[in-house]
Amino acid sequence: MANVFPRWVNTIPIKVIVAIVLIKTAVVLGVTYYATPKYTRVGYAPTQPVAFSHALHAGQLEIDCRYCHTFVDRSEHSNVPGSNVCMSCHSMVRKDDPMLAPVRESYESGEPIPWVRVHKTPDYVYFNHSVHVNRGISCVECHGRVDEMDVVQHEKSFSMAFCLECHRNPEEYIRPVEEVYNLDWERPEGEAAEAEFEGFVHDWKVNPPQSCSGCHR
Amino acid sequence: MRIFLAIYVFVVIAAVSILGFRGTTSTKPPLEVFPDMDRQARYKPQAENEFFADGRNDRPVPAGTVARGNYFNQKEVFSADFEDKRLGDTVLLEGKNADGSFVKKLPLEVSYELIEQGRQKYDIFCGACHGAAGDGKGVVQPYMVGAVPANYHDDRLRSVEDGYMFDVISNGFNQMLGLKDRLSPEERWAIVLYMRALQKSQNPVAEAGI
Repeated sequence: MANVFPRWVNTIPIKVIVAIVLIKTAVVLGVTYYATPKYTRVGYAPTQPVAFSHALHAGQLEIDCRYCHTFVDRSEHSNVPGSNVCMSCHSMVRKDDPMLAPVRESYESGEPIPWVRVHKTPDYVYFNHSVHVNRGISCVECHGRVDEMDVVQHEKSFSMAFCLECHRNPEEYIRPVEEVYNLDWERPEGEAAEAEFEGFVHDWKVNPPQSCSGCHR
Repeated sequence: MRIFLAIYVFVVIAAVSILGFRGTTSTKPPLEVFPDMDRQARYKPQAENEFFADGRNDRPVPAGTVARGNYFNQKEVFSADFEDKRLGDTVLLEGKNADGSFVKKLPLEVSYELIEQGRQKYDIFCGACHGAAGDGKGVVQPYMVGAVPANYHDDRLRSVEDGYMFDVISNGFNQMLGLKDRLSPEERWAIVLYMRALQKSQNPVAEAGI
């Protein structure tokens, strides 16, 4: 009896195995690389209704974060300023600039400027700004060097692992309270500095929750 | 197999060229796989809300009501002859005595903590225009058109009442807008105290016996 299958059929199993391995590798690598906030969120830089530059205001002019985000140290929510805050200066500075027309209209009509929110935690996460900034966690740890951004962009991943990284090792991120709003503060190194940071964690009774209910209430 | 490999390489290259790399800037909002869990129907500060006609979650103060504790709009709501003992202390909250004259001395007990608080708030809210030393030469001052930030080191401002300074911080003066929506009365008094300290620092008086 002649062979039912031709000779080349012998190589089919090995070809199928190679194909499966290649496809699985591509899928695993692809999901690992793309299905994470490090890809989906980082780099989000929406176009705002007014081309406000943090690099100019917070960086070059060194206006304190709290001049506009006034209630960040008293509230869970870091407020976006109303147009009256803009007009505190812009009724005198560049008061006829066409770029600022939406601000003037908003100030006169009382209709808010539709700023596009960049940083969002999911609604099942309860994040409180005041408790972080009042215990030596700087804006820069989560928001990056906003004082160097012309257009604000999402710099950190805001994944749960990102939060836990700091909640597990607060002494590696904590800083003196008076340097919280100084985004270009350089972290000193060496044993003395490490002991100081551990001292902050101890003295301020910093005990970041690592249990689920700490943030998912 | 060759055809498979060709398709495989093509798909990988196509996927990478469409999806790009981590961290590239984009104006498109982040992808959320289960947005009903990420974005729940609840009130969030400064968020949008379809329920109200103006689409705002944060509601404006209803007409004829008084916001508790901050003394923003008592004057608009109550008639001028209303005895407002129950609402608050005009000395602390407005820097004015009952007869409308400015309070001479700040009504809080002076302490190191208070002046330190004043320094902090001054540097945030006043320094940009009036300068760290209060000389009216802040970082924003060169860009101003048609306005000159006050220099605290002149005879007029050295001799005014504390209540007057409190009133200017609260309600503004000429081009300056008031700051009472951002600073509590105690914080405004702390700034007054710090401004007095700045004035002394620039105008030292030699006293015998010190």
